[in-house]
Amino acid sequence: MQRSINDFKSNAAVILKSFNAEYTKTPLRIKVIDAFMVYALLTAAVQFLYMLCVGTFPFNSFLSGFFCSVGFFVLSVSLRMQVDPSSDEFKGLLPERAYADFVLCGCLLFLVVWNFMG
Amino acid sequence: MAFSLRLFSVVKYESVIHEFDPYFNFRVTIYLTKEGFYNLWNWFDDITWYPLGRVVGGTVYPGLIWTAGVMFKVLHALNVPINVQEVCVFTAPLFSAFCSLAAYLLVKEIRGRGAGLTAAAFMAMVPSYISRSVAGSFDNEGVAIFALVFVFFLYVKALNTGSLAWSSAAALAYLYMVASWGGYSFIINLLPIHCLASIFTGRLTAKLYIAYAPLIVLGTLEAASIPVVGFNAVLMSEHFGAFFAFGILHAALAIRYIKDILPVKAYNAAKTLVLTSGVVLMSGILLLVLFYVMSSPTFGWTGRSLSLLDPTYASKYIPIIASVSEHQPPAWPSYFTDLQAASILMPAGLIALFWPLTPASLFLILYACTAVYFSGVMVRLMLVLAPAACCLAGVALHEALAALFKGVHAEQREQESRPPKEDAKAKKPSSKPAKASFWSNLPGFSETGRPIPRDAALTRGGDGSIHIFDDFREGYAWLRYNTPEDAVVASWWDYGYQTTAMANRTVLVDNNTWNNTHIATVGRAMASPEKQAWEIYRALDVTHVLVIFGGFIGYPSDDINKFLWMVRIGGGVFPDIKEKDFLGEGGYRVDNKAGKALLDCLMYKLSYYRYAEASLMTTGQMGFDRVRNVQIGKMDVTLEYFEEVFTSEHWMVRIYKVLDRPARDIKLPNPRSTRGKPRKSSLS
Repeated sequence: MQRSINDFKSNAAVILKSFNAEYTKTPLRIKVIDAFMVYALLTAAVQFLYMLCVGTFPFNSFLSGFFCSVGFFVLSVSLRMQVDPSSDEFKGLLPERAYADFVLCGCLLFLVVWNFMG
Repeated sequence: MAFSLRLFSVVKYESVIHEFDPYFNFRVTIYLTKEGFYNLWNWFDDITWYPLGRVVGGTVYPGLIWTAGVMFKVLHALNVPINVQEVCVFTAPLFSAFCSLAAYLLVKEIRGRGAGLTAAAFMAMVPSYISRSVAGSFDNEGVAIFALVFVFFLYVKALNTGSLAWSSAAALAYLYMVASWGGYSFIINLLPIHCLASIFTGRLTAKLYIAYAPLIVLGTLEAASIPVVGFNAVLMSEHFGAFFAFGILHAALAIRYIKDILPVKAYNAAKTLVLTSGVVLMSGILLLVLFYVMSSPTFGWTGRSLSLLDPTYASKYIPIIASVSEHQPPAWPSYFTDLQAASILMPAGLIALFWPLTPASLFLILYACTAVYFSGVMVRLMLVLAPAACCLAGVALHEALAALFKGVHAEQREQESRPPKEDAKAKKPSSKPAKASFWSNLPGFSETGRPIPRDAALTRGGDGSIHIFDDFREGYAWLRYNTPEDAVVASWWDYGYQTTAMANRTVLVDNNTWNNTHIATVGRAMASPEKQAWEIYRALDVTHVLVIFGGFIGYPSDDINKFLWMVRIGGGVFPDIKEKDFLGEGGYRVDNKAGKALLDCLMYKLSYYRYAEASLMTTGQMGFDRVRNVQIGKMDVTLEYFEEVFTSEHWMVRIYKVLDRPARDIKLPNPRSTRGKPRKSSLS
């Protein structure tokens, strides 16, 4: 038992270390988006926990809040994949264009959420 | 062409609205144009489902009504004075034209322009879609199929370009689809299937994520904002598949990202770590979801979708769904009559799509396969299959033609390069007949496609346009002008929409079958002996009873043929109605070997009242029924509690007045005082 936990710890340490080493190579712009994604996920998690503790009563408010966070996370992931220089899937795409799409989608998302919030 | 093809019914039967549901949509559209968009949400309709009423705003798919309403307002803003009815009649043909365009775009996106063009040509004249979108068929499906194909087009476009803008456009189109038809759950289940298939066949790309994930998030929220769907969008099992695939997609992406970023050794270590913890986590979530699903009696599915997954479900538990002829499984020949050339070319197109297999063509393949299954369960969903079949047929035809022309051109070039010119001359025209035969084929298809709408009107049609017998409109007009404003008309639910729209009278039940008990009450009344039926009707304040009778001219879908369903639905709620009492020797029959309860019940009496003498004049035989081709079992039908007030020219519509009290029976309680009240409150 003790050994497996130690194993686990060392494994986790190795992973974290190598992840850190690799991650520092990503450009700053991507890092900002990453931070944003983490923030969106955290908001969603907080809302979900709140729902678990307090109850679902204004269900549409909860849904719109939760989906707003998740939606923003999804949009950020999309943006990140589009502007990520390490992948060659979106070679011809200008970052400005990708950002414009992102803003458009975000507006739509907020419109829908606003409509549903009630 | 798609538009003009569908105008034939207008030429044939003037500009009227056909069938049952369109009449309701028509009525709601009139309300919308008068009262505006916001009031529609709060409209409480008090002349249907008497005495309960119906909240129309919250129970209707508003897409079609918005469309017609917007068209009406725009035309009026442009000073085109047009009637609401004209707008409604021409909405479906217009949208079928749009649908052809959408099919062109979809297939163009998958296979290129030539295939798109042939697919659009097929789409314009596939009979099963024509039958739903002829001028005058103002029904949800008319616009919904366009919305369906358009959503698919935008999804595939987003899949190919990987652009968030297209994906948000797809979400908007999806909103329109949800607003117009319950069939949107087909999309919300097909997309996850495609997503999962892409992941497991190793086609996971960022583009797939961009096309799929925003659509799910936005689409779910949009669906939840449509009142008729509401919270079902997150609570019903139909939608869980989408969330499940959403989760898997994220997991797959995360794995790929980590795999890219970590060195191999660390990745392996991470894999073991994630596998152990991930399995525990996933099983926990699965258990939670399973628990939620199991805790509801129908496993969280709505009845209609359950009857799709298990074809025997509806006939076992929900007779009301099974009773609609559109919900029966189709017969094999109907594939050929409904899809025609497309059904033959479809498998070829399916094979052609596999090669080369792109994510987009994978999508079309999956769409076709699932649609084939669903159409096998319900005739109505043939409509979902039709676009798929057309797209596949278009692809197949395009491939065939391309191969053909390639051969011809190659031959020409070969021959031109060769010295003997005569040969080339002889061969050259050969390409022309090929082209000519293709183009001459097109009118051929439409020629054969044309009778279909007429057929549809013949067999399923509602309002008298059949055989130019105008009995239905005659009957409703009589109701409109000869009964008091507050008259309550009882009839089987099929005729509810028409009665409210054409006769403007209150009805007990209509085609929006939301309250099974209420329908069962009407079925029970029809199946009871005259006196009990009278009590039921008096308790519900009914003043008139309307029955449809086809025995005089041989109109097969009349109330006597539907009667067994009334018994089944009535018996489902009130156990004192037993189906076997109504069956005679060897099944359901109306002649002298019929079940005793059948000969005594109200429906039988109302249908055959005074019929024996009348049929002596036309058929030369006492009481000969032209639909069932038998002599009826009981000639001298007398009525004590009902009085015949109207019978139309061909006897198709018969209306009876419910008498205030039958002179003799004093033991009956007074329905106006106590009996009616508790009933109302208990039902509402």
